[in-house]
Amino acid sequence: MADKNNLIVYCEYEHGKVADVSLELLTKGRQLADRLGIKLEAIVAGDNLKDVEKEIFPFGVDTVYKVEDKRLYPYTSLPHSSILINLFKEIEPRIAFMGATSIGRDLGPRVSSALHSGLTADCTSLEIGDYTDLKTQKEYKDLLYQIRPAFGGNIVATIVNPDCRPQMATVREGVMKKEVRDSNYTGKVVELDVNKYTDPTDFVINIIDRHVEKSKVNLKGSPIIVAGGYGVGSKENFDLLQKLADTLGGELGASRAAVDAGWIDHDRQIGQTGVTVRPKLYIACGISGQIQHVAGMQDSSLIISINSDPDAPINTIADIVITGKMEDVVPKLIKYYKKNSK
Amino acid sequence: MSLNIIVLAKQVPDTRNVGKDAMKADGTVNRAALPAIFNPEDLNALEQALKLKEMYPGSKVTLLTMGPARAAEIVREGLYRGADGGVVLSDRAFAGSDTLATSYAISAAVKKIGDYDIIIGGRQAIDGDTAQVGPQVAEKLGLPQVTYAEEIIKAEDGKVVVKRRIESGVETVEAPYPVVITVNGSADECRPRNAKAVMKYKHAAVPSEVAADEEKKAFVEARPYLQIGEWSAATVEADLAQCGLAGSPTKVKQIENVVFTAKEARKVEADDASLEGLIVELIANHTIG
Repeated sequence: MADKNNLIVYCEYEHGKVADVSLELLTKGRQLADRLGIKLEAIVAGDNLKDVEKEIFPFGVDTVYKVEDKRLYPYTSLPHSSILINLFKEIEPRIAFMGATSIGRDLGPRVSSALHSGLTADCTSLEIGDYTDLKTQKEYKDLLYQIRPAFGGNIVATIVNPDCRPQMATVREGVMKKEVRDSNYTGKVVELDVNKYTDPTDFVINIIDRHVEKSKVNLKGSPIIVAGGYGVGSKENFDLLQKLADTLGGELGASRAAVDAGWIDHDRQIGQTGVTVRPKLYIACGISGQIQHVAGMQDSSLIISINSDPDAPINTIADIVITGKMEDVVPKLIKYYKKNSK
Repeated sequence: MSLNIIVLAKQVPDTRNVGKDAMKADGTVNRAALPAIFNPEDLNALEQALKLKEMYPGSKVTLLTMGPARAAEIVREGLYRGADGGVVLSDRAFAGSDTLATSYAISAAVKKIGDYDIIIGGRQAIDGDTAQVGPQVAEKLGLPQVTYAEEIIKAEDGKVVVKRRIESGVETVEAPYPVVITVNGSADECRPRNAKAVMKYKHAAVPSEVAADEEKKAFVEARPYLQIGEWSAATVEADLAQCGLAGSPTKVKQIENVVFTAKEARKVEADDASLEGLIVELIANHTIG
């Protein structure tokens, strides 16, 4: 008899390591499972999964489902979807999480469609709470609140799935914190037979070529970030910000509006649909402070806002506000840093 | 060899250029203040479809969009760039659809179109950023999917070869078609409108757009190439229980216009002395340097 009604996390596994985003979700999953008094489970599908459970158990995982087969790595949509769909039919999870990565965002919708369960993408917060349907006045206890900025980040929506299970959500890397529950924690391993959970016709996609390119941009690991928004106004002004970032030994980031304007590459986008960062110093230049952006940087230790608009929303969360044109302020910061450092 | 290609496209409010009047005082979105545009990544998808049409002469590109009658603008924009026709899927029954109910309606319309080799759309729409409709349409149609596509290299002998741009790098995959492909914003930009095509198709319309004007109506009715399909839930034989709010497992509990809890920010003047003072302070407390 399968253990039902628990919280399960789909874990991505590459190069002998579970992805950070999956471990972050396990951490969040453990908290929510405790709150609900249910078990935390994990599913890993791939090749060479040998000791993967040893990496997973310390996050407080009670059951690890493993599906091992050469054809399951690298990831392709159909077999991984089939495994989740068939397993979920069997164990009927209450909640299922996956990373909002190119894998999770490919897999999640397909699984939710097959199971007719609701899925919310790119959540920035996950909580448990009650819900009353305004039409039917029906009350629901302990639903998953899937909270995310919406509408280009201008509002924040709380989404619930009252009737369908599992309640599914994806979350980007870096949004939740990764924290080992107990390094001695152990649960059980359940090995699943790939042939029982997939169909031979699932293996129709052939990966011809795969280049792994590590991103050159390391926003997540940088203690200092200089970020520009729509108010920066041009590509040339971004060069100026790059100079400030280089001078301070930091990385250059951007808001979505600046990326959409074509002034800077997408891989430097900070916010809900970009990277979440927690640097020691965050210098926001010409960034108005949409929720979508703030969601990705609000935990920075020190936030300096440089904006010509004294009422820019970002100024309300900044520690230091400089009202002025970035074209004037930034060169001065560079000049005085050079003069005073060493 | 020619292909039947369906381009899934959405008319979206331009959330990238929201001004201060974008939100009403009650925290709801002021749609009237936002211009409606062709979802950017759907334009990237359209370009891939038009490239395929050039590679395989005789191929047909059909746009499919769901929305109110004014979404016919999306089909016209497609026609101006080289598409062959289009359909607007429009019904009050679709109002309030989440991604799953949307996918259901779209898959019903795709079935109604019937003949398709490649279904292609943008990875995600800027008003929701969910990236869910593509894979969900694929699942509903029982088709394989290739997401995060950057370039369709070829489509021959029942197989497409697609270059994907994913976080960890670049992947080239071969998939059998029919297949659903979703295209990244990093793919080639869509070609501009063709002036001749604009002249030819500027009066293209769905029936409800010209219903009130006898002259326009007769003009469009006499020219089949100007007729954009306008399909209801009944046209595509959709099960109403799976449409709109009723067919949406996710419900919006609450929408809020978040007000940040204001910190007491320190103001630093933009003059030389103040900025130097700030830098000296940041160096002294080891924030920088």
